[in-house]
Amino acid sequence: MAVRHFHHALKIRTETCFGCTHCLKVCPTEAIRIRNGKAVLYENRCVDCGECFKACPVQAIYIDQDDFERIHTYEYRIALLPSIFVGQFSRKYDREQIYEAIKAVGFTHICEVEQSTGLLQEQINRYAAENPDKKPLISSFCPAIIRLIQVRFPSLVNNIMLLKPPLDITALYCRKKFTDEGINPARIGVFYITPCAAKIAAIKSPVGEDYSMITGVINMDFLFNRVYRHIKNNQSAEVSGSNEKALSAEAIRWSLTHGESDHFEGRSFAVDEIHNVIDFLEKVENDEIKNVDFLELRACDESCAGGALTTANRFLIAERLRSVKNEDAASAETSGKTIENYRDYLEHRIKIQEIKPRSIMKLDDNIETAMLKMDQVKEIMELLPGTDCGICGSPTCQAFAKDIVQNEADIRQCIFIQKCRENTGEFTSIESLRLMKGIWGEEKF
Amino acid sequence: MQFEYFISGGDFSKAGQASSQFKKALQQLNVAPQVIKRIVVALYEAEVNIVAHAYKGKISIELQPDLVTMTLTDEGPGIPDIEKAMEIGYSTASSKVREMGFGAGMGLSNIKNNADLLEIISKVGIGTTVKISVNLAKQE
Repeated sequence: MAVRHFHHALKIRTETCFGCTHCLKVCPTEAIRIRNGKAVLYENRCVDCGECFKACPVQAIYIDQDDFERIHTYEYRIALLPSIFVGQFSRKYDREQIYEAIKAVGFTHICEVEQSTGLLQEQINRYAAENPDKKPLISSFCPAIIRLIQVRFPSLVNNIMLLKPPLDITALYCRKKFTDEGINPARIGVFYITPCAAKIAAIKSPVGEDYSMITGVINMDFLFNRVYRHIKNNQSAEVSGSNEKALSAEAIRWSLTHGESDHFEGRSFAVDEIHNVIDFLEKVENDEIKNVDFLELRACDESCAGGALTTANRFLIAERLRSVKNEDAASAETSGKTIENYRDYLEHRIKIQEIKPRSIMKLDDNIETAMLKMDQVKEIMELLPGTDCGICGSPTCQAFAKDIVQNEADIRQCIFIQKCRENTGEFTSIESLRLMKGIWGEEKF
Repeated sequence: MQFEYFISGGDFSKAGQASSQFKKALQQLNVAPQVIKRIVVALYEAEVNIVAHAYKGKISIELQPDLVTMTLTDEGPGIPDIEKAMEIGYSTASSKVREMGFGAGMGLSNIKNNADLLEIISKVGIGTTVKISVNLAKQE
């Protein structure tokens, strides 16, 4: 696999950021520092989980989407739509009405992401049977979790099942179906409506895939606003009701917590929210949790319903999707019926390549140098107050000590060290002010 | 490089903390993930043994660039028959300990499977010393 530049969908709007440290504190991989009064991102550490986006009080962190108008450069404009999208609406708006509105705002076709879950479910159970040595098998569903494992749990990368998530299978199917109908592939635009940043990053720089079948990504909140406005302004519009029910109740719930694990034959766990996942994986990695067959791990609380780009409360979204009873949905047999015709084609392409670890924890590639650095970190930690205040611009004293050892910070950035040194006369208040301005920016002083 | 951890017997809520902390050190030292896994699994089992059987204990770890040697010394009942204790499934753990999910009789054999060298010295009524060595060189 070729080495690629990491694409991050999370971007910092420096003109809006005022260096408040909210994001610094919530980042589960300690990927953020404050420099010159602004948050900066360590690209190799970021897993695109979106915690910083959710924590930012001034929306200085944004999720970079493709230009919506770009969809019009394609004659066939397909919205690759996750069920979560419908879940955002109050129940008084039915699915047909929402789909009509999506078409009215610019798309020509809607392709439901979860229609491939039935096919995938069989493949997961088969994969588990063929790979008994890879227990616990970890789902490849959530791209933030894949990246988290790569950087923080390198010994578990081999446990990630090497199967495409529903999104990629459906994208593949969708393209194939249209090209089989004789449509020139250049005229087909497949746009994923994303509930989170991680999915964008996975599409723009895929892990375990050479390229993505997806043309572009539209943020879910953006499309929601357009669609909701259209529905509000066209209350009386006739609903054609021509969209057939393509999804079963199980498929609709796939992206919610327990959506996958409930169908797994064996002992499984469903863990959501990235800090919970970290806690759980620590124990899995130590072999403290044994005899588990399958792990469904999702970075967001309430899984995709809690995605950074969903507009409604995550519990309400989950409630709406869970309330779809089997009689309102397609039966298990008709769910994914059309996709069934492509079973062979898709099954041959369902595997992804090996996923490589890329640890962010190592102090150095060379163990002897790393040992020296570890000793230095220990010595520095004895000088630091252990308050994890963040005034130095690093998230914790431990992270700061490592930054110093890696020549990315100066110990005098610590306010406690400054006070001690000013007191002994080693350091003037002018120097200390200069250092503080370097971290927090001129305008704060 | 030296590491030292103190373990109190009977405190199952904290069983595994020393192994977890040492794992973080190994990760910072860029030890190969599969080697870390072996070390941590062996250390965790030995740590739980102290918690489950002894009154108190100490873990001393000597880390060299190519070798890690972990010495776990406890004050406890000791092991009367080490050979028997090594057998898979043999356990002297009380039913109370087993209810907590420990004491399946896999501990020592699991340590042996993951260690490059395992030495056990025990005196009944006094305590046990378990010495586990693992080579750090990447085995590929």
